[in-house]
Amino acid sequence: MSMTIHVDIVSAEGRLFSGQGEMVYAPVVMGEIGIAPRHAPLVSPLKPGEVRIDPGQGREMECFYVSGGLIEVQPFKVTVLADTGVRAVDLDRAVALEAKRRAEDALANQTADMDLAKAQAELAEAVAQLRAIERLRKGK
Amino acid sequence: MAGAKEIRTKISSIKSTQKITSAMEMVAASKMRRAQDRMDASRPYAEKMRQVIGHVALANPEYRHPFMQAREVKCIGYIIVSSDRGLCGGLNTNLFRKMVREIHAEREAGREISYCLVGNKALGFFRRVGGNVRAQVTHLGDRPELEALIGPVKVMLDAYMEGEVDEIRLAYNLFVNTMTQKPTIEKLVPLPEGDDAEELKHHWDYIYEPDAKQVLDALLQRYMESVVYQAVVENGACEMAARMVAMKSATDNAGNIIDELQLVYNKARQAAITQEISEIVSGAAAVS
Repeated sequence: MSMTIHVDIVSAEGRLFSGQGEMVYAPVVMGEIGIAPRHAPLVSPLKPGEVRIDPGQGREMECFYVSGGLIEVQPFKVTVLADTGVRAVDLDRAVALEAKRRAEDALANQTADMDLAKAQAELAEAVAQLRAIERLRKGK
Repeated sequence: MAGAKEIRTKISSIKSTQKITSAMEMVAASKMRRAQDRMDASRPYAEKMRQVIGHVALANPEYRHPFMQAREVKCIGYIIVSSDRGLCGGLNTNLFRKMVREIHAEREAGREISYCLVGNKALGFFRRVGGNVRAQVTHLGDRPELEALIGPVKVMLDAYMEGEVDEIRLAYNLFVNTMTQKPTIEKLVPLPEGDDAEELKHHWDYIYEPDAKQVLDALLQRYMESVVYQAVVENGACEMAARMVAMKSATDNAGNIIDELQLVYNKARQAAITQEISEIVSGAAAVS
């Protein structure tokens, strides 16, 4: 029996996941990190992307899309406080593409009163959503 | 028949009151269900947030955020969550009574009190109690928005940062179940330590990515927002539950009064008929 780490993912809309995993991958602001059991305590903000949990024993990865938030790591416990979290399965490709196009438009004509930072953030979010969908599709 | 007519009017007026209270009961019941769903949805987040904050309060970072430093308490800031409307039983009164007791104790200990008030009822009450009202927000509606709360909460946090307030406490009604709502006062800032203090007692610290100040600022801001939002949502569910129960008992009481009045009315009517008959009979006897 290999070591596992307890993972909780909650967003303001509800509890998304609670269970054990052998490995957790999360997109923190500095880049993607992998967390194994007995990881040193850590807190960090998340950027838009997907949190993946490897339940071990060859079972399928659990994927969650988060639009930002925070992660807290204790040696045997990971808590993800997501701003908005969605099970990657529920993500809609058409909606994500539309959001991406809108964000790119906003970036292209910056003369509009929308500010640059907001547009960039939205684009990053849309791209991360799309990436999560792509990966899910390839996995199938 | 003078008495009978009056009683009849009274009965019909109570009947219309009963209709109103039973309609309010049903409205409150359906709103309560929605409010409860909202509360259940955001509860895990707020709970986890409290846990994480509990851990953070136990850590020993080289950067001490002002929120993590306890200082001598000269002035306490209360964030008080209440309902906008009345007719919800003793919900607000219970909370206020608890608050007043605490305020008296704190005042005797020589501490000043200031408030951030959420909801009309708290506004009306604490104006009379006295103390400095720093911020207020009313008319949040059935679907409270986080955005509406950020402003008033920030006023309190700024006051804390500038040293005008040395401790912030949150007062609201905790939803236990439909019948029970528990008035609760808890400390928000400086950060309370978590429950699992024992296992984390040794000297340790987090790794902060990218750096402690940024991470803690983001974390603490989210913490305040989520905890206050949760309190407001929870209080909303409490309000609906309390109103439902209060209106149910009002409807039942109206039913009882109607029954009693009906009895009195019947007696009065019977007495009037008896009197009339005896008058006729005695009249007839006098003639013959």
